[in-house]
Amino acid sequence: MSEVRLIEIKEEILVDNDKVAEKIRKQLWSRQVFMLNLMSSPGAGKTSLIIATLRSLNESMRAGVIEGDIDSMVDAEKVAREGIPAVQLRTGGACHLDAVMVELALREMDLSALDLIIIENVGNLVCPAEFDTGAMRKVMILSVPEGDDKPLKYPLMFTVCDVLVVNKTDYLKLSDFDMKTLKERVLKLNPQIKIFEVSCKTGEGMAAWTQWLRAEIETFKKMTEEEDHGRV
Amino acid sequence: MHELPVTESILRIVLRHAEEAKAGKVIGISLRIGEMTDVIDEWLKRYFDYLSKGTLAEGAKLRVERMPVIFRCEVCGETFPVKIREIKDVVCPACGGEKAIFVSGREFFIKEIEVI
Repeated sequence: MSEVRLIEIKEEILVDNDKVAEKIRKQLWSRQVFMLNLMSSPGAGKTSLIIATLRSLNESMRAGVIEGDIDSMVDAEKVAREGIPAVQLRTGGACHLDAVMVELALREMDLSALDLIIIENVGNLVCPAEFDTGAMRKVMILSVPEGDDKPLKYPLMFTVCDVLVVNKTDYLKLSDFDMKTLKERVLKLNPQIKIFEVSCKTGEGMAAWTQWLRAEIETFKKMTEEEDHGRV
Repeated sequence: MHELPVTESILRIVLRHAEEAKAGKVIGISLRIGEMTDVIDEWLKRYFDYLSKGTLAEGAKLRVERMPVIFRCEVCGETFPVKIREIKDVVCPACGGEKAIFVSGREFFIKEIEVI
């Protein structure tokens, strides 16, 4: 009988995904394309936020969208009608996008013609939180009708995101949603997170959010250019 | 919901290490997973038993060590575990302070394997 050996591994479970995500980030850095991973539950307003955001950035930013859905083309068609290049990923049942799927979508995009890519992840507050897609920033939407208790139910999502967009603020007067309580709960999980209150429908609050995004992209571009310059 | 790709990833890593160590068989796998992470142990085990059939890791026992979610009180500095899915709001057990921040509980790695 052979002896039992203990092998120490200490390796992240999603190491393969994380490696592909890092590769994507490097590729996008060298092509000077900023990518954002947008996550929320179904119906919180991901497609609406993308369309409203890209309309207001329109003049200055060339944007593309990667649409992740379990099985449909509805969102990609909606985005494409706006004249925005969109690639639809049908996950065929998978509840999230991972780096390998995003890499496939990027192959279909003309990176030299883009400044910004927004990934519209599968509508789900659980699984997408675990998978790095290679994006530079993670943004989540919580819509007012979902309730201010969501940070208690889906804490991981709130801890991994850089930005929380609270959408559908036009519903606030109809609901018992408590913005102060929400913010306290979110900031306990993630003191660095930035919170924007918007209504994609009325346009309220959109300016502050798009201003943040524009500044992020400009800073990113500047950093990539400086590095490029340094090399020459 | 995403236990299947997670389990595939675990099996890939385990087999890579087992082969490197020229092991005949993997008999145990220890995972360390924080309570903040939404994976269900029961499904990891079922998928693992299914996926590992015919590999070096067939029949290996999957152990999941759950790491608690820890918060730190901003008022008195106390660190304390929180049952994140059972409570409404985080309150410091030492001073009753309501300003506390998340410290740890997102572990998601393979700690070690036992091979023969």
